[in-house]
Amino acid sequence: MATAQTRTLARVMMAPAVIVLLVWMIVPLVMTLWFSFQNYSLINPMMTGFAGWGNYLYVIGDPSFTQSLINTLILVGGVLLITVVGGIFLALLIDQPIWGQGILRIIVISPFFVMPPVAALIWKNGFMHPGYGMLGHLWKAFGLQPVDWFNQYPLFSVIVIVAWQWLPFATLIFLTALQSLSEEQREAAEMDGANAVNRFYYIILPHMARSVTIVILIQTIFLLGIFAEIRVTTGGGPGYASTNIAFLVFRTGILSNDIGAGSAGGVVAVIIANIVAFFLMRAVGKNLDA
Amino acid sequence: MKLTPILVGAFTVALASSASAQTLTIATVNNGDMVRMQGLSPAFTEETGIALNWVVLEENTLRQNVTTDIATNGGQYDVMTIGTYEAPIWAKQGWLVPLDALTSDAAYDVDDLLPPIRDGLSYEGKLYAAPFYGESSFIMYRTDLMEKAGLTMPEAPTWEFIGEAARAMTDRAADINGICLRGKAGWGENMAFLTAMSNSFGARWFDETWKPQFDQPEWKATLDTYLSLMADAGPAGASSNGFNENLTLFQQGKCGMWIDATVAASFVTNPTDSTVADKVGFALAPDTGLGKRGNWLWAWSLAIPASSQNQDAAAKFINWATNKAYLETVAAQDGWANVPPGTRISLYENAEYQAAAPFAEMTMGSIYAADPTQPSVKPVPYTGVQFVAIPEFAGIATNVGQLFSAALAGQMSADDALAQAQDATTRDMTRAGYIK
Repeated sequence: MATAQTRTLARVMMAPAVIVLLVWMIVPLVMTLWFSFQNYSLINPMMTGFAGWGNYLYVIGDPSFTQSLINTLILVGGVLLITVVGGIFLALLIDQPIWGQGILRIIVISPFFVMPPVAALIWKNGFMHPGYGMLGHLWKAFGLQPVDWFNQYPLFSVIVIVAWQWLPFATLIFLTALQSLSEEQREAAEMDGANAVNRFYYIILPHMARSVTIVILIQTIFLLGIFAEIRVTTGGGPGYASTNIAFLVFRTGILSNDIGAGSAGGVVAVIIANIVAFFLMRAVGKNLDA
Repeated sequence: MKLTPILVGAFTVALASSASAQTLTIATVNNGDMVRMQGLSPAFTEETGIALNWVVLEENTLRQNVTTDIATNGGQYDVMTIGTYEAPIWAKQGWLVPLDALTSDAAYDVDDLLPPIRDGLSYEGKLYAAPFYGESSFIMYRTDLMEKAGLTMPEAPTWEFIGEAARAMTDRAADINGICLRGKAGWGENMAFLTAMSNSFGARWFDETWKPQFDQPEWKATLDTYLSLMADAGPAGASSNGFNENLTLFQQGKCGMWIDATVAASFVTNPTDSTVADKVGFALAPDTGLGKRGNWLWAWSLAIPASSQNQDAAAKFINWATNKAYLETVAAQDGWANVPPGTRISLYENAEYQAAAPFAEMTMGSIYAADPTQPSVKPVPYTGVQFVAIPEFAGIATNVGQLFSAALAGQMSADDALAQAQDATTRDMTRAGYIK
């Protein structure tokens, strides 16, 4: 049992770490908030002074703001759909006692070790380029006109690349959940005459509910801020077809050197992420209570 | 014997000597001519005792790095590689040191610099950046395909002729596109080409009151011509193609014509890289008979930020890297065809260079055909041929470039792209205070 002295000592000893962490978080946040209300352009020293809500109105009034919001949600939703469904399928597959299971697992999780810009470059030039990409050659082999993926289906292409990167994460989590399912339960269901589909719906899927929730929550946090894949492949275009909120903030703050508006965009992005997280927790987070 | 005092002594001497030797930090772009300069630079250190610390970056990263450093008065670099876009803007803001040491040095011979390039790097009559190499744009074309199409390229063609020739040269079955043009979004990519092209159609970015002009018929004519030309005779996926992609296509023999930087001439005529090296002809960028041609003007140049603590040494280095003797050093080592082009009149009067570079005369003609002070047919409130020399342009044109790239990809109509470009540009110019 901790005495009053040991509790005080613990607090004193932990204080430096807590203070550093707080400062680490608070300073950038306060600076972002401060800049978001200032006229501050890196390249135009004449832009100075208090901006009021000007920066926020400028960002929200951006012609691509609504589309980037929709694109963000489609991106998150699309990737979640592919990774959750695909992850469950792959987890079931590699859980089977087959020859070369170890190697298969490594192959399945390997995309997770590829850095996002590298993955985007591989997909852009190696697979999806209409001229020298593998898919282009495949299309040509069947006498078809190669698809110009990043121009014809920009958002879909980005979703495919991001899903490819996140699928191993989902698969690993689902596989862990699957392996924690007791063998007796499965055998009992099998003896009671439940077929594979029934076993999946009534035994496996409910057992995986918590891991599905974890995957959705963790991935959503990361997927809301997808940037490298868009920067490398489509640059947010054509037009604004693949611009998400993160890319819009980058375009405003970095490409246009408008620190004030970029900061306002950053604050808006944080608010949107929190709103999404709030609804997500209410919708799926209840699975975690059990 | 105790080693400690000796080691300490040696360390102190080393520290003292490194503190006394001057070191310049130079930010530059990772293209061939600059990499060669880096390779030759030990000679400069030997001559002057000034050590060099190189930061070599890809073009976009370099731009972001040096812009941030100079705008925040970071003082990280002593010499920066900048372009004709940045030089007058930064000079106006007092961010660059005027190169008086060079202009007053008779041996440097500042009057030998090509006047259009020199004007582009000056502000209020003072030179703020020294050109390392300069370029314009022109037409590179396949002489064999032109002949096969039964046409002859004039030295100064019109857009009408280019359209006719491009469509005649196109052979989809043989994977030959009549024309390859930039489509990739970016102020230095598709917008460099389209802005230069628009000048020849009489279009302009802004009128004298800084009102955007995308709602005017001249821009509509520019974009319609570009889109129909690319639809009929351009390569598949053209909206992803920038300079490098088109260079590869041309070198592989897949383009009948290519309108782009004059610096590409040495690449497409180099037999080790180009399959069509012996079949390339050159012509001036097209016009529509209005008095302006669709070619640009650019110079990668060296400048000294006001925040540098080593301004005298930096000026010495710039003098070394951009004077006539440097050209001769490169010529002695790698041949005349490889010297940095487009900066000095004397180079174009040099018989050895003329013999080594068959494109020399056309490059010179193209550079002189561009006028940064009066780029378009109608009067403009800005300078710059393929850009508008205002700080906000890079951001604005990147945005417009996206819209035009979307029109090329078939994601939106030309009218929609122009209307959205007009709205977005008006909004940004109002925010920046140009439109009250």
